[in-house]
Amino acid sequence: MIDTHNRTFRAGAVITGIMLLIILIGLVWTPYDPNAMNGAAKMAPPSLAHLLGTDNFGRDIFSRVVQGAGATFLIAAVSVAAGLVIGVVLGGLTGWYGGWVDELLMRLNDTLTAFPSILLALVLIALFGGGKYNIIFALGLLFVPTFARIVRMEVAKQKELDYVRSARLMGVGSMRILFVHILPNIVPVLLSTIAISFNNAVLAEASMSYLGVGVQPPDPSLGRMLNEAQSYLLSAPWYALSSGVAIVLLVLGFGLLSEGLGGETDA
Amino acid sequence: MKKRLFALVLALAMTVALCACGGDKPSDQTVDPTNTGSTGEKLTGGTLTVGIAADLDTSLDPHVSSSSAGTREVLFNIYEGLMKPDTEGNLIPAVAESCTVNETADVYTYTLREGVKFHNGADVTVGDVVYSLTRAAGLETGEPLVGEVKGIASVEAVGDRTVVVTLKAPDAEFNAYMSVAIIPQGIDPNDSPVGTGPFRFVSHTAQDSVVLEKFDEYWGQGAYLDQVILKVIPDPQTLVMSLRSGAIDLACHLDATQIANMADMTVMEGSSNVIQALYLNHDFAPFADERVRQALCYAVDKRAVIDLAMDGHGTPVGTSMLSTLGRYAMPELADYYQPDVDKAKALLKEAGYENLSFTITVPSNYASHVGTAQVLVEQLKAAGVDAKIDLVDWNTWLTETYQGRNFEATVSGFDSHSLSATGCLARFQSESGKNFINFKNADYDAAYAAAVSSLNADQQTALFKQCETILTETAANVYLQDMSTFAAMQSDVGGFVYYPALYIMDLATLYRIG
Amino acid sequence: MGTIAKKTGTLLLTLLLVSAMAFLAFQIIPGDPVTKILGTDYTPERAATLRHELGLEGDLSARYLRWLAGFITGDFGISYSYMKPVRQVMQGKLAVTAALSVLSWLLVLLFSIPLGIALARYHKGVFARAAATVNQVFMAVPPFFIGILFTYLFGLLLKWFVPGKFVPFSESFWGCIGYLFFPALAIAIPKAAKTARLLVSSIMGEMQKDYVRTAYSRGNSRWMVIRTHVLRNALLPVVTYLAMSLADIVAGSIIVEQVFVVPGIGRLLVASIASRDFPVALTIVVLIAALVVFMNYVADLVTQFIDPRVRLS
Repeated sequence: MIDTHNRTFRAGAVITGIMLLIILIGLVWTPYDPNAMNGAAKMAPPSLAHLLGTDNFGRDIFSRVVQGAGATFLIAAVSVAAGLVIGVVLGGLTGWYGGWVDELLMRLNDTLTAFPSILLALVLIALFGGGKYNIIFALGLLFVPTFARIVRMEVAKQKELDYVRSARLMGVGSMRILFVHILPNIVPVLLSTIAISFNNAVLAEASMSYLGVGVQPPDPSLGRMLNEAQSYLLSAPWYALSSGVAIVLLVLGFGLLSEGLGGETDA
Repeated sequence: MKKRLFALVLALAMTVALCACGGDKPSDQTVDPTNTGSTGEKLTGGTLTVGIAADLDTSLDPHVSSSSAGTREVLFNIYEGLMKPDTEGNLIPAVAESCTVNETADVYTYTLREGVKFHNGADVTVGDVVYSLTRAAGLETGEPLVGEVKGIASVEAVGDRTVVVTLKAPDAEFNAYMSVAIIPQGIDPNDSPVGTGPFRFVSHTAQDSVVLEKFDEYWGQGAYLDQVILKVIPDPQTLVMSLRSGAIDLACHLDATQIANMADMTVMEGSSNVIQALYLNHDFAPFADERVRQALCYAVDKRAVIDLAMDGHGTPVGTSMLSTLGRYAMPELADYYQPDVDKAKALLKEAGYENLSFTITVPSNYASHVGTAQVLVEQLKAAGVDAKIDLVDWNTWLTETYQGRNFEATVSGFDSHSLSATGCLARFQSESGKNFINFKNADYDAAYAAAVSSLNADQQTALFKQCETILTETAANVYLQDMSTFAAMQSDVGGFVYYPALYIMDLATLYRIG
Repeated sequence: MGTIAKKTGTLLLTLLLVSAMAFLAFQIIPGDPVTKILGTDYTPERAATLRHELGLEGDLSARYLRWLAGFITGDFGISYSYMKPVRQVMQGKLAVTAALSVLSWLLVLLFSIPLGIALARYHKGVFARAAATVNQVFMAVPPFFIGILFTYLFGLLLKWFVPGKFVPFSESFWGCIGYLFFPALAIAIPKAAKTARLLVSSIMGEMQKDYVRTAYSRGNSRWMVIRTHVLRNALLPVVTYLAMSLADIVAGSIIVEQVFVVPGIGRLLVASIASRDFPVALTIVVLIAALVVFMNYVADLVTQFIDPRVRLS
């Protein structure tokens, strides 16, 4: 078992590593300006000059996929980070102190989990409008309950353990115990949740943008590009394929990482 | 007198329709050379599925003037007026059989055609005609439903086949507005649209489809098809995919990029009568400054827009006048602002908006506007202007952007309802209800008022041209093009026709080829 | 039976909370729908009538109670875009989405269980390892991307179906199923891959237990052990997961309906959100959320029914 987990983790790390590398390079350099239009080279098939061909405005698809993947990655990372921080604080405090606030928040939590993430994201978009920042906000909000629940559960468990009791007896402050002593012990559990959440964020962003309510053009986004590529399925199937495969690789990499960490396979 | 005429013209102006893509002119019609499809025999009967980009409006009342172009082009097949347009740009009698006008052009006498029936089987009576015109002109309520016929003073039935319409002021072109729908008394068109057209309304499923059936008792040359299903597909990509797959038989108002690689289909191009521009809201602080607007004009290369977004199809324009309205068209204004990034930057600096940023609202269901907006963003970036795109659905665009005037800039298109210059220019009067860009220019108002009250044709034309020039010189909007439009259909579909200057989709002329 | 009553009580409470939360969310939106619909020119009487028709009178709690009472009796309010009852706007669409979801769920069931068992049985074989890798990839493919690939491959190239030409149930039963098969499969593939993966790890987990060692010692083959001893226990978490995933599938259909132009509530939801037709959006959101809650409840009951250990605790 350990062996397979290790191998899975390594495969995930390699895929994610390569994707990250391409994205990082894309931040400083892409073969072409992803938004630069070129009337002379519209819908060009893949070639040495344009690795993945060009789109209907003559924009280089490879550059756009790289930048789109970067945008998608960033949106997912920021929203997971936001959800994580708020979730950890909220879950930690409620788990530590308990009481009616704990009850209330957990009820709220349960209610929120009744809404599938795509649905909740759509509702939030309906309320606050689309666009890059609103997507981050909506997804971040979405992840708070997930993290809060896990942290709360773990804190409640660890609270009773000997090391915490002795720390208390020694007069260590609550906040210090919570965030300095307990938190590091929860990290392994959190890691796989982070990976799963990241995957959900990538999928949700891609779905929203595909539906046209997420990232707005001309900002590249993998979902948005998939939508545009649909018009050219017959004449330029590589357009849809390349943006779709980029999504798959992002999700696959983190999926393998999460499994390697011993997490659940599903969200 | 002047005032009354002005009021009349103002009323006409109110009826200028807006739309995002437009009606077309038969003379510019070309058939894609790779296609010679329509050689087979015209079949009678059958069903055709037509893709439409926007769902129908809530109200299918033909007298609701705020209806969108997409709804009007469908209603054209259900309702008819006393007169109707033909494909040559003439008006022909429809529910009426003939019309006589008195010498002073303020009394119009219509004789009803015999044997015209409503879709519910009832004969059209003079009572129905009087009811319809009275309702449209708001003679009883005091509030006209159809702005175009605001000039009607009274409608009377004489005998059982004649209707006399008296106008408040002379109008030689009044018949142009008599395409206003004739509806039966006592039936609310909101509940069931009943007209006299070649097709009768069967059903409307929200966000999905509209079903029309051939009206067998139509008075004239009826439809070839038995049934037409209008399929609502707001996503441009899906619309093209559905056309490719054969899920729909026909779609019109497509742009050049959408019809690429449709070799096995029949594609028809028409010169549209829609002025596409980056319309600017003058109430948005930076755009109140003429220099900023001019800077944008210099920053934009409209020919490059047409090349990139439209594959080179479209006529550049420099003002709000259709290139097809020969007498008033001013093609020389198209290049008034030569693309010049440095000049744009200098003007922005002078105005104190060096880091100008704004949002372009675009109706997402019209691929041509979305494409154009993306090209504009790139061009503006070169001049240091940061423009963002906000895609909204058609309904939101209508209510928020157009009616609510809550926007900074928008890429859209406007057509004209009539062959007169007023159709294009009326909306830019300071107080016009359709002046959604909040353009306020005293010279313009004066020239416009003088033009409509002028009795000398040459002088009138000169005054309208003065209005057009003001729009260009003050950079009222960043004018782009008179758009080209394409209709694509499966190779076994024929009979698609373009109407001049009107936003019409005539389903009655369509047939299957056997 | 006391626990069932208790669980049912919790179910009802959660449903109430879910509906309240969704209702509240849609009340935050700034702007008065009445002025939005009527534009700038309207009389106070007209506004008052419309306000009454739309059920916008009274304070928040009164509106919520009235809406809830209507909702339970099947009166979902009036659509802002169409000025027709939401129920009428939704007519026929609910059945389409339901058919799509159930079909998709059946496909998940059909693929995942045999696949999971096979992967566990031959877990060391080269073929099974390759299959497991492919399975990993399938888990990562978003349904709408599969949908686009299907459209291209089966629709435009092979012409097995006509993308965009949905066949209504009323027209032809098999035609309808035939069309829905492709979107259903698009939703089912990643879900089935995940379910199979879950089954594999569940079986592997059981294999570590003492009773399995005993079974081996009696001379049973690996397959015999799996079939006769392990499977029953290993399927338990999978059944729970399958019950809960029906709701996920419904949510997944929101996007896939868009790809295949299926006239279900998913497309309606996206359209109503884009056009800010909130009564319609609210209705669909609450219906789907209620389904999730209900399926979780069913999964809970099923677990309890199958597993005596859970029943005891």
